[in-house]
Parts: sequence; C-alpha cells; structure tokens
Amino acid sequence: MYSLADIIYRRMTETFGASDFLEPLFTIVSYLLPCIAILGIVSLISGALTLLERKISADIQNRIGPNRVGPFGIFQFIVDGVKLLLKEDIIPDAADKKLFRLAPYIVFSSTVLAVIVIPFGGPFIVADLNIGLLFIVVVSSLVVVGFMMSGWASNNKWALLGGIRSAAQIISYEIPVALSLLTVALITGTFSMQEIVKQQGLYPWQWFILHNPFTFIAFFIYFVSSLAEINRLPFDFPEAESELVSGYNTEYSGMRFGFFFVAEFANIFVSAALAAAVFLGGGNIGIDPYNSPLGYKLLMALVFFAKALSLCLVTIWVRWTLPRLRIDHMMSLCWKYFIPISVFCLVLTAAWLVAFKGNSVFWRIAG
Amino acid sequence: MTEFALEEMILNMGPHHPSTHGVLRFIVRTDGEMMLRATPDVGFLHRGIEKIAELMPYESFMPYTDRIDYLSSLNCNLGYALTVERLAGIEAPEKAEYLRVIGAELTRIGSHLIAVGALLLDLGAVTPFVHALRERETYNSLMEMLCGARLTHHYVRIGGVAFDAPDGFIEKALSFVNHLEYEFLDEFNKLISFNSILIKRLANVGIITPEKALEFTLVGPNLRGSGIKFDLRKDEPYSIYDRFDFEIPSGSGKFGVQGDAYDRYWVRIEEIKQSCRIVRQAINQMPEHGEIKTKISKPFKIPAGEIYVRTECPRGELGFYLISAGGKTPYRLKIRTGSFSAMTIIEELSEGVMVADLVAIIGSLDVVAPEIDR
Repeated sequence: MYSLADIIYRRMTETFGASDFLEPLFTIVSYLLPCIAILGIVSLISGALTLLERKISADIQNRIGPNRVGPFGIFQFIVDGVKLLLKEDIIPDAADKKLFRLAPYIVFSSTVLAVIVIPFGGPFIVADLNIGLLFIVVVSSLVVVGFMMSGWASNNKWALLGGIRSAAQIISYEIPVALSLLTVALITGTFSMQEIVKQQGLYPWQWFILHNPFTFIAFFIYFVSSLAEINRLPFDFPEAESELVSGYNTEYSGMRFGFFFVAEFANIFVSAALAAAVFLGGGNIGIDPYNSPLGYKLLMALVFFAKALSLCLVTIWVRWTLPRLRIDHMMSLCWKYFIPISVFCLVLTAAWLVAFKGNSVFWRIAG
Repeated sequence: MTEFALEEMILNMGPHHPSTHGVLRFIVRTDGEMMLRATPDVGFLHRGIEKIAELMPYESFMPYTDRIDYLSSLNCNLGYALTVERLAGIEAPEKAEYLRVIGAELTRIGSHLIAVGALLLDLGAVTPFVHALRERETYNSLMEMLCGARLTHHYVRIGGVAFDAPDGFIEKALSFVNHLEYEFLDEFNKLISFNSILIKRLANVGIITPEKALEFTLVGPNLRGSGIKFDLRKDEPYSIYDRFDFEIPSGSGKFGVQGDAYDRYWVRIEEIKQSCRIVRQAINQMPEHGEIKTKISKPFKIPAGEIYVRTECPRGELGFYLISAGGKTPYRLKIRTGSFSAMTIIEELSEGVMVADLVAIIGSLDVVAPEIDR
C-alpha cells in the first residue's frame, strides 16, 4: 500500500540516503507534511463550502448572497474567519471552564482525523490504513464526545438539550451508516480505501452503487443517515435554531464557535467524500494511480472532487428545501426503517455474492 | 448515599427566543424532550394603549391603533373608526368604504403570509418563509403607494380614509391578487404545504376540538381551524362586506384530526385566496369618483353613550368597547384581541407534547406579542 507519507519517505531516503540516524526524522517529516496539507485543505474546503452554501441558499431564496468581498464575494469566508478570530471570546462564569475550552478541539480534530484516510484520487491519501473504512466510522463518531462536552460544560439548559440530542442522534445513525458501508466492504473484501476505489472504474456501471440492487439502496441509506450524522437539515436537532436557540454551541463565541463551524462544514465534505469514494468510484479513471504521469494523477483528483462536491451540493440543496423532522420521528426512521433495511441489504448482498460469484449486475459490460 | 430522583427541568423559553415571535415568555416544565406544561408569562409589551385612549381626542388615537397589532394595522384602524362612527352616527362615503375593504383585505393577505411563513420558519424551513416575504414585499409597496407607510399604515380616518387611490394602484393591486391566487399559492403549496415532513409535523399536533375552541373563546382562523364556520364578515357584516361573494374556509382534518395545527395552517392559506377574491370584486365595484371622507365637526365630540363593535382581524375578532361621556376624549376604551385568547389555550395544549411541538403550536395559533398586551 502506498500513501503520500510513504512516497515522501521514499523520496527523502533516495535524496539524502538511508541512515539509522536520520530515519526517525524522515518518518516524522513524511507524516507531518501531509498532515499540514490536510489541515489547510480542510479549512479551505469548509470555507469554500460556507460560501457555496450562502450562494446557493441565496439563489433558492431569490436573494443575491455575498457579493462585497472580492469578485462575486469569493473572499467572504476569509473575512468571516478573521471576524471570528477578532471577536471577544466569552466563557460563561458558571461554565466548566476546562471542558468548555476542550470541546471545540475534540470536535474539530475528530473531523480532521477522518480526512487522513480519504482517498483524494490518484496517490493522494495521507495514510492508506488497512482498516480505513472502519477508522472513519470510529473517528467520526468521536464528534459526539465533543458535542456532549460542550453541551454539559456550557451550563445552559438549551445547550444541554442540544448535547443530549446529538448523542442520541449520532449514536443511532452510526449504525445504518456503518452497515451500509459494510455492504461495500463485503464486495471488496478489504477496508483499505485505496483498494476500494481501485476495484471500481471510470464508468458508472463499474461503481459499487450499481453493483447490485442492494448496494443501490445502501447508498441512499448511507446518504440520508450521513445527513443525520453531520447534523444537517432535516435532521439538525442538536442546534435546531427555533427550538433550542442554538443548541450545544449557544454559549460559544469567537474562534471557539469558529471551530464548531469549520468542523460542521468539514463533516459535510467528509461524508460526501466517503460516499464518492465508496459508492461512486472515487477518483478512479481506469488508470494505475501510482505509475502514471502527474497530469493523470491530477485528473483523478479532479474527478474525485467533482463527485464529492456534487454530493455536497445535494446536501446543501436539501437543507434549504425541507423542514425539520421531529426528534421522535427521526428516531423511529432510524430504528424502524433504516437499520432493518440496511441489515437486509447486507445479508442480501452476501447472498448475491454467493449466487453470482461476486459479479455485478453489469458484469458483462464491466468485464 | 444520595438518592437519584428523575427531576423535572424548568426551562425559561424567552423573552428572547427565536421562535416566540416578539417578546413572549414561557416557563416550560420538561422531562427531557417531553413537556409537562408550558405556562405563558404575558405583559412584556404592555404599553397602556387603553389608558392612552382616554387622554387624547378621538382622531388622535388612530395612529395608536396601528400599534395594537403591527401586522394588521389597517384592520385595527378600521375597527376603531367603525366604533367611533357608529357611536357618533357618521357614515363614510361609498368610495371610502371600498378603499377600506381593499386595504383591509390586502393587509389580511400580508398578515397571513407572514403568519404562515413564520410557522414554517419555526419548523426549520427557511426558504418558504423567504418566498412568503417576497410576496409580502409587493403588499408593502402597494400600501406605500396608497398611504405612504409600509407597516403602520394609519390610512383609515374617522369618517373615511386619508387619501384616494393613486394612479396605477388599482392595476398593481389587481395583478398582485391575480399572481397570488393563480400562481404563487400553487407554487407555495407544491413547495411546502404538501411536503410529507410538514404534514407529519403539523397533523395531529395541538388538536383543538370545536367544544374546546368555544370554551377558550378562540376567534378567527384558530376557531375556523376547529371546524366552526364563524366569520364576522359573513355572520355580522360590517362596512360593505355584505356586497361580496366569498367563502369561509374551515378545518376539516385534511391530513389528521379536525382542529389540528395543519387545519389552522390550511385555513390561513385558503383565506388568502378568499381575500384575493374580495379585493378583485371590490376593485370591480368601486365607483371611479366620489368623496373619500365625510366632514366631521371640529372639535370632534360624541354624545354620551356606549357601544361594542367587533370586526374580523387577521387574528380574529377585534372588539372595541367604547364609553363616551360626551367630551372630546373617550371615557373608557377596552380592546379585545384575538391573540390573547389564543394565548390562553397554549397552556392546555402543551401538556405532554414535545418541545418541538410547542413551537409548532405557538406558530399555528399565530400569536403576535403586542396584540396580547396592548
């Protein structure tokens, strides 16, 4: 398995020569560089998504949207970030100060952790872990610890309700998400993200979404459940504005609020990217991602981003169209419909693999 | 060892809360997501309007009636003007009556648009709210054409109206109601009214049976939502409402039980249509020329006596009980508003529902804070 870290490590040993003395340094640098790049990319993507969200919502609602800062307002998110940095950072007197400070970082870092196994197309992946898919599922549910912490530490009843709601919601929807991802893992026989992408192809009939009818259902279950996992409408209960004021982040201001905000949008991207990689072929254009010219590698990244961003667009579109469900409806949707259906999909996919020797519906075309 | 008992949580919802439409406060007792009881705490917006009325001449009180309910200021103007006119024995000229009705029905449309939009906003749907406000914007500029003010119109005067309709107003008003009735409402219903999430949120929530509605003296769309066809414009016609052909929509349990929140929502949507019909008929019947204001004596005095006049406001029956001792100012003026009675039923409806339902109930009853307190 290759990853960016491996490639950088190899390049460094080739340039400077292998030595026992320098080896730890190489290892640290080879992991540090992609991590810094990931932090930059995550912030940039979530910034761009905030802008996109504002522009699209403006379009849907007959408004103009941000257009003051830079051409078409494209620097609006930078200005917003600066504003958040400069704002007064208020910690309520009655808050549990240590937990209050810690919570945004836990939310943010668990989101960024998930990004390290996202295959950005071609060789662009920070670490191609052999448990990649499981890693994302585990790490992204760590967010709930941060939400609960912020809800509890704020010492505000609305925030507490928001925190409890997010715990109930994220833990419930973790199950259909994981089960529908497992449906694909059954087909691939591996959890490695690069390997999952590699087993798909350029054309839609080579993607796992069209592998068999059950992965098709699993994709939609994954997508709707991921909306719940990232607290987006119609499932935005933890911060339901008209019910809970602002939910778990009611008492937060300044950059601490900014961390929640960035994490929220980064989460949109992570779940869309995961769907793109696992169900929609990721950056696979039918060429070996490692031994190909740089132009092709960039093309793969472009294909991946196109898929991921169009899923982000759908997420945003849904938010500005639908009203919010009620929390008991949401819970019954999860436990009564999504979980049984996703178990059903998992079992029937297994049966399909046995019956058709692992071939897809389109196996004649797909070869 | 301390014993852990399941504790109730007392939540203070408001006076600053995104979904309490103005300065309203509820003391909410909850057990987790379930609500045990929500007790409204009114009085934050008390401005003593009734007392102010005793201190000033009859004509000068008119702008204060705008502030009784800022979303339907023209209807409040009309109610007050009718009260004073009836006690003083004045009749407004025919053209003025038509202008009053056109203005009042346009205001009803504007008010219902914001009521429906705000309910949807509370349920998390931002886009329909903005679409409703886009239409309300046309109404605002129409009223600006008519009387120069966009929110607190102060258009009706004792004995008539302030201004004649300017050039182009009639055409613009006609195209507005046509657009609303034939294009906008269909689009709006497709966008949100028949959305299954919305139906799940509103149907079977906050059910008010017809008996209960009468018990709590609900009025206006809230009463009609429970299936009781009572509309003062039809049952006790004032002004010239007997000349128009329109229907009274009422709740029939479209997607749930009769008298649920969806019925109240749907009654408002249907009333927008009926108001459009009234505006169209009024425009067609209105005489082209004519007086718009009867001269009143200066200083304006009313012979001693008392009267109660009720009119149909967007939020239901608006009653003015006026006692005159024969001077330039009223001896006493009592105002009865629709939101106040709607407010009293919230405590009853809130037992055993979820926090999210309380928001839907408040929104569907269309409570406007300044109207409660005056």
